[in-house]
Amino acid sequence: MIARVVQGVAVVFAAATLAFVLLQLAPGDAATALGEGTSPELRAMIRAQYGLDDSLATQYGRWLWSLLRGDLGWSHDQHRPVAAVLSDALPRSLFLMGCALSVSLVGGMLIGAWQGARAGSRRDRTTSTVLLVLYSVPEFWLALVLLVVFAYHLRWLPVTGITGEMYDYMGTGEQLLDRLRHLVLPLTSLSLVGISVFARYQRNAMQESMAQPFVRTARAKGLTESAVRRQAWRSALLPVITVTGLMLPALITGAVFVERVFAWPGMGFAMIRAIEARDYPVVSAGVILGSAITALGAALADIARDIVDPRLRSP
Amino acid sequence: MNRRLAPAFVLTALLVVVVVAGPLLSPYAPNAQLDIIALRSQAPSLAHPFGTDAASRDVLSRVLDGGRVSLTLAILSVALSLVVATLYGAISSLVGGVVDTTMRRLLDVALSIPRLLVLLAVGALWGALTFPALVLLIGLTGWFDTARLVTDELHALSRQEFTVAARAMGVRGPRLLWRHLLPHLLPTLVINASFGVASTIALEAGLSYLGLGIQAPQASWGTILRDGAGVVQSEWWLSLFPGLATVFAVLACNALGDALRERFAPNHVPSLATSLDVSPVPSFSRTVRP
Repeated sequence: MIARVVQGVAVVFAAATLAFVLLQLAPGDAATALGEGTSPELRAMIRAQYGLDDSLATQYGRWLWSLLRGDLGWSHDQHRPVAAVLSDALPRSLFLMGCALSVSLVGGMLIGAWQGARAGSRRDRTTSTVLLVLYSVPEFWLALVLLVVFAYHLRWLPVTGITGEMYDYMGTGEQLLDRLRHLVLPLTSLSLVGISVFARYQRNAMQESMAQPFVRTARAKGLTESAVRRQAWRSALLPVITVTGLMLPALITGAVFVERVFAWPGMGFAMIRAIEARDYPVVSAGVILGSAITALGAALADIARDIVDPRLRSP
Repeated sequence: MNRRLAPAFVLTALLVVVVVAGPLLSPYAPNAQLDIIALRSQAPSLAHPFGTDAASRDVLSRVLDGGRVSLTLAILSVALSLVVATLYGAISSLVGGVVDTTMRRLLDVALSIPRLLVLLAVGALWGALTFPALVLLIGLTGWFDTARLVTDELHALSRQEFTVAARAMGVRGPRLLWRHLLPHLLPTLVINASFGVASTIALEAGLSYLGLGIQAPQASWGTILRDGAGVVQSEWWLSLFPGLATVFAVLACNALGDALRERFAPNHVPSLATSLDVSPVPSFSRTVRP
């Protein structure tokens, strides 16, 4: 557990250092942004004011120290602290990603376990092919297709955003329905791909588990086939949980693109807006935060694995 | 040939033929503005099966030309990743001891930093990147998972009897790696490369779609999608055809990877290659602590 915490700190530290290096390597700074006709004296003054004439080590130390205090800098584009930008965007992203992860996990485990219990059959092979195709579709393109078909063409669901224009004038029930309607398409885009990932793992794990001696024992005891499968499935859970922790960078990636397509105002949307506006502090904060979330997710997956598998519990 | 290998080979061969023979097949030059008045944003027709874009360029020709760029980029950057990963894994497992532990920990840390966010940050800071710079950038941010796989494999291999025998006969370092270990590692690397190319094609499409990958006017599947991004409803052919091409290419490479794994390394847990990111899965049996 302590090792996990140390690793988490190391990840955040590495991400912060990477962000600093990238910012340093980037062409231009606050002084060059002033334009052609600026006098050298004014440039020097600006550089001194922003601390850009200090040594790299001093600037690096100052960068780490301000991060430690939770000061992520100022967003030039949105004219407010980066922390405020993130605290608006982060919950929306976590909500979307949490829903997508849950749906993908449940759907993927059901499909994968069903396949693994009848591995090699025609139905299993057909499902595998369908899943492989889904697995090969980039999320952003799937999102575009869903957007065109269900929002523009059939007009069943709203096009973009997290709530409709009339949201403030609705009753509580209607508000909930409005939010759900906005969630459907982004969630479907992320989940269809996610289901295919988890199902592939669950299928292989289940197939392996069904070949174990304890399954034969269970059958010999005369248990019903469904009871046998339940036992086999329990031991096939581990690889899926391990994968869940490692899935997070991919989930973040998917969310960035899907948020972009559906204008879902989360972290990914904020990052892309910041990139287009060259709003560096928001971009670097996004890198650090994304890494922290990944490290945290991996740690949670470790804990979950310890709970599921008694062999891993410390005596 | 098993049941999966044949269709996977057919898909991949088709992809390669279409891309290599692209210039012969494509009816127009990819950047030729055919007739900016009469042929602007035309829907698919017999003369232009994939339609034309806002600059009156033939989309079929652009998809064919873009395929060469997307595929070349993917193959080159995956090759770079494989070389770096193999070297890293070889140093880590051959030196062993504290060096090995440290190098593994560093990999764990590197893997926790989401690759796409780093790529976005670099794109934001430098803006337009040239093709070689993109290959370097994508290649050098994509090797961590392969390195972990290589390290694990080499560890397992160096406990095998033939390695012990070779060591006992005085074979050392580079020669041991080159003559005795790498041939056994090759199937893993090839399978990994196949999945890597698949995910890199999708990654390039995504980056170019955001304007951070291949730069206009050079066509790639992502840049054509970007041209169509504002007009998905009216000029749907700009989004549909390059998207289908991307899915086809990614599917072909994934199917090849699956088939090769089933044939050559059936015991491997599938690499976690989602469409846009490749992350590693340590082989399940080795992650369970006794």
